[in-house]
Amino acid sequence: MKELVVISGKGGTGKTSIVAAFSSLAENKVIVDCDVDAADLHLILNPKIELKTEFYSGKSAQIKSEFCTKCKKCIELCKFGAISKDFIIDEIKCEGCGVCYNFCSYHAIKFETKQSGEWYESNTRFGKLIHAKLGAAEENSGKLVTAIRNHARLVASKNKNGLILVDGSPGIGCPVIASISGANQVVIVTEPTLSGIHDLERVYKLTQHFRVPACVCINKYDINFELSLQIEKLCQENKIELLGKVPYSNDFTNAQIKGLSITEYTDNEVTATIKTIWENIYSKLMERKNV
Amino acid sequence: MKIAVASGKGGTGKSTVSINLAYLLSKTYKDVCLLDCDVEEPNCHIFLNPCINKSEHVFMPVPEVNDSKCISCQKCAQICEFNALAFVKNFVIVFPELCHGCGGCRLICPAGAITETGREIGTVEAGIGYGFNFIYGKLRIGEAMSPPLIKAVKKEAENFKFQVLDCPPGTSCPVISSIDDADFVILVTEPTPFGLYDLKLAIEVVRKLNLPLGIVINKSGENDGLIENHALSEGIKVLTKIPDDRRIAECYSRGKIILRELPEYRKNFEPLIQITREILSDKLFGVQK
Repeated sequence: MKELVVISGKGGTGKTSIVAAFSSLAENKVIVDCDVDAADLHLILNPKIELKTEFYSGKSAQIKSEFCTKCKKCIELCKFGAISKDFIIDEIKCEGCGVCYNFCSYHAIKFETKQSGEWYESNTRFGKLIHAKLGAAEENSGKLVTAIRNHARLVASKNKNGLILVDGSPGIGCPVIASISGANQVVIVTEPTLSGIHDLERVYKLTQHFRVPACVCINKYDINFELSLQIEKLCQENKIELLGKVPYSNDFTNAQIKGLSITEYTDNEVTATIKTIWENIYSKLMERKNV
Repeated sequence: MKIAVASGKGGTGKSTVSINLAYLLSKTYKDVCLLDCDVEEPNCHIFLNPCINKSEHVFMPVPEVNDSKCISCQKCAQICEFNALAFVKNFVIVFPELCHGCGGCRLICPAGAITETGREIGTVEAGIGYGFNFIYGKLRIGEAMSPPLIKAVKKEAENFKFQVLDCPPGTSCPVISSIDDADFVILVTEPTPFGLYDLKLAIEVVRKLNLPLGIVINKSGENDGLIENHALSEGIKVLTKIPDDRRIAECYSRGKIILRELPEYRKNFEPLIQITREILSDKLFGVQK
């Protein structure tokens, strides 16, 4: 079984649209949406939920006012400023460390596991999709990512799927680290803007840090030819394989509005490029060892 | 006064709105500061080319165990909710990258074997670009937790009267740490199904924090109705629109400021200044929203 993760560093470079296209081209796979903060892939894949699982992670503290003597010890000990002067714990600021609970002399604090989201196993026209929804303003997105990646591996091995295709999240923090660690191959989707290049360099370093091989795909390469060339040079210098360059196209948005991947929506120069990119990355992936 | 610019979806134009808002504010007001709170992938400095006059490493407290004092009671490993301490072969091992810095282990240790030391999580830099102040954070690569660094960025800016915060994308801890004490939240979106869906998630977060908000439609065009209908049903004002103009995209790609390159778009940013004035007068007269 091989695991391919698509990330971008910078948001809005077209990661999800590319993954939707790959989903239509790949065979015998499980698809995973690891952008649990702001998942969008389901808007194209239109999943029918088969299995829904509540995700419990982290704890949160609550003061039982009937036992509270207002000694202020919890306020002094809390490093996160989560307890107000009138002894109410702000559930958003609370990190769930349990210091207040453990050191309250009057056992006046409740400390319980909380539900922070849910995840789903669904059927789509392209096969199984494992996706999730993190509750608004919740934490532990990294753990939720790990939970759905683990489930995807389980489903893939049960159904003898050879491939897990993962849509990652922007940035270089906790959910991204949870998405790429231990994967076979990463594809970084970038764009020819100074911000795009800056973020590409940072996220590429992250893939090196976690020793996951990375390839690059330039999206909207024709909005700035000069900077596209600069990305090509950067890839050459660092020996990163450039998979291909996708031109800017309104068809991405038009397909999205119809709830389709671009490869289903139209057949032109853009989709031909994406197909070549997919063939490139697929043959590369097959050279890697199984996860 | 703090105006946070956030979005849910990435790449909708948060930095564009933040930079141009700070730029325009600085034409009228003194004491304007732009904060780049997207410490995972900060970009504003690319547009400002700021003259940096302060650069500091930011540390997070993590435990250090003195093995000669340790009595192997394992209480530290038991109290840690984040599995940052483990007891292996009679020794306590610390995993600093998992530590949230709560201090529980140090407090519980009966032998006084635990002290706090610092672990670098990134840097905060401050400077000036195009006539206004600028502060940004850069997360160390491989570091998972950005909120402590975001807090350090905000702390550095606390004395500025007008603060514009460019926030990270998403809906979880990094966004919350950025917007939690804002006076107003501007949600930047684009008229696509992805833009709309992520806008709905962002609205949910801002509502949960009980903060006043408005919407900016970027890359505005024939599909604006998608966003406008939802804004109407939620009773949220669309503050302004920025058209889907290839020249703006090119300007962005080269790291240029729209208001300097394409001054005809000044009118598109004026409504945001108006909002700033309203918040300011509400604050002065103590109006509760």
